[in-house]
Amino acid sequence: MNLLGDIFLLVGGAFMALGSLGLMRMPDLYNRLQAGTKAATLGTIAVLLGIGFHHPDWWTKLLVIAGFVLFTNPVGSSTIARAALKSGIEPVRGSNRKVES
Amino acid sequence: MNNTLVTPAISLRHYALVFGVCLLLWVLLVGNLAGQELLAGMVVSALVTLLFGSRFGILTGLRFSPLVPLYILGYLGYFMVALVRANLDLALRVIAPSLPIRPALVEVKTTLKSPLGRLLLANSITLTPGTLSVDVRDDTLLVHWVYCPPGTDAQQATDKIAASFERHIGRFLL
Repeated sequence: MNLLGDIFLLVGGAFMALGSLGLMRMPDLYNRLQAGTKAATLGTIAVLLGIGFHHPDWWTKLLVIAGFVLFTNPVGSSTIARAALKSGIEPVRGSNRKVES
Repeated sequence: MNNTLVTPAISLRHYALVFGVCLLLWVLLVGNLAGQELLAGMVVSALVTLLFGSRFGILTGLRFSPLVPLYILGYLGYFMVALVRANLDLALRVIAPSLPIRPALVEVKTTLKSPLGRLLLANSITLTPGTLSVDVRDDTLLVHWVYCPPGTDAQQATDKIAASFERHIGRFLL
């Protein structure tokens, strides 16, 4: 049980790390948001699952947290992307990797 | 077909739903089903429902049928698989030295009419492989796509990005 929990914690951490790598490597705000949101959401859920295996009696509260993260994380990133688009930040398109400042 | 946003009228069923959601949240946070806790939860939920029930307009649009819980579970399962696939997909792109991306903004049409349905669809799109909802205007979602195949038109984009989620969500929301 504890081992399984550790594995989930590790997987969650790994996804978070990959998400951060994505933040560094992606060329513009929109692509970075993609990397950040997905990795943070699944990473958080994996970590919560890991905690759940370590403390099985907390599962209801962990479920509420997971539901909250699932609902609000994408809303947050959509809002940032929308604000960016409205303030005129052009997304890079196609194979063009240069960021226009 | 008329695709304008529809907010169904608030009915008694809607108040029952708000009460149920509040009570479920209370029970989950308390973590046990002891009589006193449940009673307190029912009092608080009833109070919240009476005071704010009419403002939970976002919760209208849910279809009422015995199969709804099953459909919601089906949607959640499909969604979790998509979320894991999205992360693996993204991880591969980020690790690959050539950074294989071909970003584009595409427009996707939706047939969902309720606010909650569109919110769920936009959220689902954000968390699935390579796509991020940027804006919702009427029945059109603006989606940022990390790898848009060359020569994709709006219909193909809709099919690829939204259609399967729409099918799942459409079973329990208007």
